[in-house]
Amino acid sequence: MAERCAVIGIGQTKHAKRREDVSLAGLLREAAQRALDDAELRWRDIEAVVIGTAPDLFEGVMQPELYLADALGAAGKPILRVHTAGSVGGSTALVAAGLIQSRVHDRVLTLAFEKQSEGDTSWGLSGGRSGGVGAGGYFAPHMKAYIERSGAPEHIGWKVAVKDRLNALKNPYAHLHLPKIDIDTVKGSEMLWAPIRRLESCPASDGACAMVLTNQAGGQHAPRPPAWVRGGAMRSELGFFPGRDPVDPQAGRHCATEVYRQAGITDPRGQLDVAEIYVPFSWYEPMWLENLHLAKKNEGWQLTDRGVTAFDGDLPVNPSGGVLSTNPIGASGMIRFAEAALQVRNQAGEHQIDGARVALGHAYGGAAQYFAMWVVASTPN
Amino acid sequence: MRDVAIVSFAQVRGDPASGLPEVLLLVPAIRDAIARSGIPRRSIGFTCSGSCDYLAGQPFAFVQNLDATGAWPPIAESHVEMDGAWAFYEAWVRLQHGDIDTALVFASGRSSLCNLREVLCLQLDPYYLSPLWVDDVALAALQAQAVLAATGRTEKDLAEIAARCRRDARANPFAEVSGDEDSAALLAQPYVASPLRAHDIPATGDGAAALVMVAGERARELCERPAWIRGLDHRVDPQYPGVRDLARCRSAEIAAARAGVASAPIEVAELMTQFPHEEILLRQALGLGEGVVVNPSGGPLTAHPVMATGLVRIGEAFRQINEHGRRRVLAHAASGPCLQQNLVCVLESETEAD
Repeated sequence: MAERCAVIGIGQTKHAKRREDVSLAGLLREAAQRALDDAELRWRDIEAVVIGTAPDLFEGVMQPELYLADALGAAGKPILRVHTAGSVGGSTALVAAGLIQSRVHDRVLTLAFEKQSEGDTSWGLSGGRSGGVGAGGYFAPHMKAYIERSGAPEHIGWKVAVKDRLNALKNPYAHLHLPKIDIDTVKGSEMLWAPIRRLESCPASDGACAMVLTNQAGGQHAPRPPAWVRGGAMRSELGFFPGRDPVDPQAGRHCATEVYRQAGITDPRGQLDVAEIYVPFSWYEPMWLENLHLAKKNEGWQLTDRGVTAFDGDLPVNPSGGVLSTNPIGASGMIRFAEAALQVRNQAGEHQIDGARVALGHAYGGAAQYFAMWVVASTPN
Repeated sequence: MRDVAIVSFAQVRGDPASGLPEVLLLVPAIRDAIARSGIPRRSIGFTCSGSCDYLAGQPFAFVQNLDATGAWPPIAESHVEMDGAWAFYEAWVRLQHGDIDTALVFASGRSSLCNLREVLCLQLDPYYLSPLWVDDVALAALQAQAVLAATGRTEKDLAEIAARCRRDARANPFAEVSGDEDSAALLAQPYVASPLRAHDIPATGDGAAALVMVAGERARELCERPAWIRGLDHRVDPQYPGVRDLARCRSAEIAAARAGVASAPIEVAELMTQFPHEEILLRQALGLGEGVVVNPSGGPLTAHPVMATGLVRIGEAFRQINEHGRRRVLAHAASGPCLQQNLVCVLESETEAD
């Protein structure tokens, strides 16, 4: 039987287009120090560090865990570096949780980051010298296919874009704060990759997220309420072959099934109080609602349309503002996991969902082929 | 801790002239490791790999390697941007949860695609060190000078280590170089970076490796002589050479202590010594006496498939138990300039309960 894992400290940087006031190490320390302060622990209390970031070529630092080791207080300790494409922030948290669940360590610091301003991420996402279409260009046909299959009206995408940006106004760490956004401004923004307009797309951010994880005893003695990890899973599938459905990938469905099984969730739509889902382009909200068994096939858009996923809805999705408001790529998955934990700890401040007790954190990456998820709750069982 | 053993290992040497992509080096390595384990591919509980995008010069290069696993239906899988030895560590941790019993670990790299000495400069602090373009060989030479000065050993000792590795490599089909020169002949060669000569620098190559690990009694059912993981730990030092005593390797000392190296004699050690002075340093840090046989495979000086080299050490140590009847062996992996990060694994032919 695995040890229980509790999230007892969470920290984020102020996310922004350019954080020229800090180095890479400074950015990570800003998040880490906030997480340690939240847990009321010191650097020396940490036994191991697990970091994650998207491809090294984004910042031009190869295996940055080596350079970052002493800045992260890891001298003389173990440090691991996870890389699973866009899902990496989630996978990193799960690898860190694994160190607790296996009883190898009692207190682990986990961090994920991206400092997009130090490199050219669009170039990297487009395959570097090999050239390519970039993330938006790659995912646009999948979104179009979803619209055709489901018969969703075009305003669904605009609605998600507005909802997440208005949610971000309640989150002081969010990158984009667009108080005047409405359906008309989204609809009027430039078409980047049909059906995706500029305001339906995520920004490029500098930012980091950190969490302190501990075991059952550590969770029980934490200064503030912990979030208990009830389930965690990763799934991967091949990216390109004719039998695959990239709109509704099997790996995502399997991952959700497994994480709900571990958490004892039989009716996810009824039992989850809030979800932080990786939505880098507006249409991914309804698509992932279906993939995560939160809506029937081709009906995810109806939840969005009816306001179920709104801040005051029955199943709020991305009350933090989501990836659409903040996208330090390697950290984006961990921010979803951390925001889910903040909700069940009742520590989300202005974007707290009243009475949130069970929450889902979700991340995906690659050709929508890598998935990482966890379910956290306010009680251990 | 749960008893976990390695039950199979496979290695592939890449031929840069063949132009084969990395995933095609992995296909036979994974296929052979799985076949030798006797476990159906579909029933493997967890898969973890190590590689580095920078060798391919392409972001997300590791994604293509997933094809070698045949990840359909979807699999539980993770990847570290580190040598495969750390993927091995992650898989061992995963098996400690108790809900799954089998794991596949693999690693690969095609360093022939890049100018490795140039690329490795990018491992350094991007603000202070990397802009100097001080490469791994130059930094290793500084450490070699520090080790020779601190220990009173000489360049002749370095040459003898290199000569021994090259002799041993003659029996290793995966070796990139081998030879039967004596140390005097090697000492006659010019310096690349004093005190290091060409034969003191690792023989980089392309390659892939894979192994299967199994928890509990099932390992014995699958493998006549499994190698049980009796100690496993890894530690890191600060990177900046100026804040470290280069004549010591504190992270390796801690990892060795945590892995319980000193609790009984080690017969053979496969060390990720990319330069001969690292053998002197690591023998000291890991507490290995003169009687310990180091790198009978020839070691990284003769075969360095970057990103797989550490996992190959673990595989070679497994073979010492599985094929050569050894009872207690050590595998070591390293990353970063001047042995910055070190992993130590103690393998035994028996569990504690035995």
